[in-house]
Amino acid sequence: MATTVAAPARVFGSGIKRREDPRLLTGTAKYTADITLPGQLYAAILRSPHGHARIRNIDTASAKAAPGVVAAFTSGDTEGVVGAIPCAWLVPNSDLKTAPYPPLAKGTVRYVGDAVAVVVAESPAQAADAVDLIEVDYELLPATVDPEQAVKPGAPQLHQEAPNNIAFHWTVAGGDVDAAFSNADVIVRDRIIQQRLIPNAMEPRGALAHYLPATGELTLWNTTQNPHIVRFIMSLVCGIPEDRLRVIAPEVGGGFGSKIPQIQGDFITVFCSMKLGRPVKWIESRSENYQSTTHGRDHVQDVEMAATKDGRILGLRCTVWAGMGAYLSTAAPGIPTILHGLMLSGPYQIGAVKEDVYGVYSNTTPVEAYRGAGRPEATFMLERVIDRLADELKMDPAELRKKNLIPPFENGHDVVTGLKYDSGNYPGALDKVLAHVDYAGLRKEQAELRKKGRHVGVGVGLYVEICGLGPSQVAGAVGFQGGLWESAIVRFHPSGKAHVFIGSSPHGQGEETTFAQIVADELGVSVSDVKIVHGDTETTPMGWGTYGSRTAAVSGAALAVATRKIKEKAKLLTSHLLEAAVEDIEYANGKFFVRGFPEKHKTIQDIALMANVAWNMPQGMEPGLEASTFYDPPNFVFPFGAHVAVVEVDSETGDIQLKRYVAVDDCGHQINPMIVEGQVHGGVVQGIGQALWEHAVYADNGQLLTGSMNDYALPRADALPDIEVLSTVTPSPHHPLGVKGIGEAGTIVSTCTVYNAVLDALKPLGVKSIQMPLTPERVFNAMATAKGA
Amino acid sequence: MALPVSISVNGRRYDREIEPRLLLVHFLRDTLGLTGTKIGCDTSQCGACTVQLDGVAVKSCTCLAAQADGSSVTTIEGLAPDGKLDPIQEAFWEKHGLQCGFCTPGMIFATRALLDANRNPSAEQIRHALEGNLCRCTGYQNIVRSVQAAAAAGGR
Repeated sequence: MATTVAAPARVFGSGIKRREDPRLLTGTAKYTADITLPGQLYAAILRSPHGHARIRNIDTASAKAAPGVVAAFTSGDTEGVVGAIPCAWLVPNSDLKTAPYPPLAKGTVRYVGDAVAVVVAESPAQAADAVDLIEVDYELLPATVDPEQAVKPGAPQLHQEAPNNIAFHWTVAGGDVDAAFSNADVIVRDRIIQQRLIPNAMEPRGALAHYLPATGELTLWNTTQNPHIVRFIMSLVCGIPEDRLRVIAPEVGGGFGSKIPQIQGDFITVFCSMKLGRPVKWIESRSENYQSTTHGRDHVQDVEMAATKDGRILGLRCTVWAGMGAYLSTAAPGIPTILHGLMLSGPYQIGAVKEDVYGVYSNTTPVEAYRGAGRPEATFMLERVIDRLADELKMDPAELRKKNLIPPFENGHDVVTGLKYDSGNYPGALDKVLAHVDYAGLRKEQAELRKKGRHVGVGVGLYVEICGLGPSQVAGAVGFQGGLWESAIVRFHPSGKAHVFIGSSPHGQGEETTFAQIVADELGVSVSDVKIVHGDTETTPMGWGTYGSRTAAVSGAALAVATRKIKEKAKLLTSHLLEAAVEDIEYANGKFFVRGFPEKHKTIQDIALMANVAWNMPQGMEPGLEASTFYDPPNFVFPFGAHVAVVEVDSETGDIQLKRYVAVDDCGHQINPMIVEGQVHGGVVQGIGQALWEHAVYADNGQLLTGSMNDYALPRADALPDIEVLSTVTPSPHHPLGVKGIGEAGTIVSTCTVYNAVLDALKPLGVKSIQMPLTPERVFNAMATAKGA
Repeated sequence: MALPVSISVNGRRYDREIEPRLLLVHFLRDTLGLTGTKIGCDTSQCGACTVQLDGVAVKSCTCLAAQADGSSVTTIEGLAPDGKLDPIQEAFWEKHGLQCGFCTPGMIFATRALLDANRNPSAEQIRHALEGNLCRCTGYQNIVRSVQAAAAAGGR
């Protein structure tokens, strides 16, 4: 199929069509579930139906005797073969208690979905049939599911290593917060429940492991955002040396954080293949996914803000109980701490902050990063309490924000938590969104409609977020058990076509297109002449993966640097071939030429050929045209923006109509604006989902009540308006291309923006707070209570 | 118990002996190896497995293969057999109507069904027609644009 893409004038910054799409549109792309190997077996996992129970006995005899069954395994079988699942973000100074997380439950199950046993059979149906024949004798134990309740005296205890279920206690403080509160004219408080969410990448998780006993080599196809981390961890847990372990992330159908960690099923699948010496595949059903793949959010937040009576914010103080689930997932402890607490002051000039975060074990599925990971929870807290302050001071919420914003800066701004934001123009973003929606006009219209008894609300949300993770030295200092650099190899073939190998692992974000745009822009080749290779540890250089809006920000920077190395070599070879001094060689529009003599030139294709045949190389220059880079960013990047939502609440039913949603985001220079817009659409809608519909609900006994797509409300096409997407451009001063991340921005701010709009609509009734999601029932009850009061 | 069925898929007839409980989606994916049709849930909510059965869009996870005996099925593999995208596929490419691509085959068949019934749907009608198909990446907006573009290009 022809996939040639015509190159416009400047390919960097143009919204060209994606190069990955033809295979996705025709059903030829292969996701993990689509791959079948000769002799392949199928694993089905028996999961705990109880939130907390002791296992008295497991009887697998009937399952083993069932048709097609090859083996059945329980925890004891894994002894000495696979170790415990490690947590890889050991946040320092937090008294972190990591309880061992066995791939198959050992004596006790601690959440609904905890893996208990596995059956391996010749067909998926035989495996599913046989797993139902396993008999488990459970002794039920009391469960605890709420992070605030779980730390109270008398609560059921999950792990002897963690008294009172406290996994860690972390504190961040900056400035004199006590003085801020004692000097305040006004203090506002709120209690916010950041409800638990289920990520719902459209492709459930799965693994296909193929172990070769003769050589000790393992190939693992895995639904992951970070195959190199998978290889690292799998090697440690299963004892297969990294040089004999190949991890392939084939096509991956979305992740949103839920494909960062390695979960029980991954290790179980590898274990089964190691034991049986045959390929073993395990693919989650969606209902299994709801129990076994990681969840997100789950905070109980008490927050208070101190301010002067003229609306200057003095300080912010909060306590957060962050549910971790029954075990600590790979990156879980870093999310409510480093990615949350350090962003407390947001885009505002706040001189003093203090936060206590308790990471809490409960009888629930482990949490992990979920789109935004820590920043939505911080942004919501701040933006919500600012609206409460505006209400208290009878000030306009947009005006109050303006008064406190950090003024524009281009090269570094120190904030109270110790971070240095890279660049920002927060007033610019706010002004732009307010002008676009005609904010004054909206308020006037709202006043008119209120007179008629209609509940129309306008919500404003601002954010600055930390992404492009990040300098590896910082990663180490904050306990991340790995680096956060990225690498790239650019290899030109004799014909002038290029392969680019990257260590990051995109799964829907479009880097096969945007990264080709980077190379095309730097060297004047066509986008269609550059193939981006990712997702296979055997062919790509080491990298830490695609999450934390870091792929364009870190991997893209690595690629830019590698491409510039190619350019330097091309200049040297041109100077040799044209017998001119290298200082006189210039580059423009795909040509290397002698200054003043543009007709005397070489194209990158000429250079690629001459470098590869190496007939006439300068003294000391190696043949070939290839460059590699390991890029460790000097700082994070800090995208920002301002959003506005307009809603109307039906006073009879509590139903919320989202009438308008406007986003102004600044991710620096945009490589492909079409893709940026797509990221904003998807991100905003995921955040709206949290505000209005989504909630992973557990019963007190640990039962997951929203255990299927029938019960968990996801955003659907008919419930959403068009998102109006605008942008400003404030380049990152330290990124070689001035780029910042955009993958999570929409989600980080849209939840609070919509929430603020709904609460603004209900302001005349005196409603101050409603728990998310804002279902019609909750809104109706809040209105009824307010009216009755 | 093996049940003989004869099902035409993408214009080719397949005679197979199947288990009576086999779902159409598993027949397509596992028996025939046509893995373009996706499984995104187990409750008929997500629509990733949508195919065309005798001209009607169906969720192939909610239909037994035995029910398709004697029928014609079109899957995503059948839309561009010679490598040339059909107008709906072309429109999804043009309007960035996909990101991870997992929901896309189902979305394309939901779009086909809509455009067969209504050649010029409004945005609201499109959103309504797609409410049985979930996408977690795009926020649906560019899918709506894709459907509009496909309609403008004459459907299929």
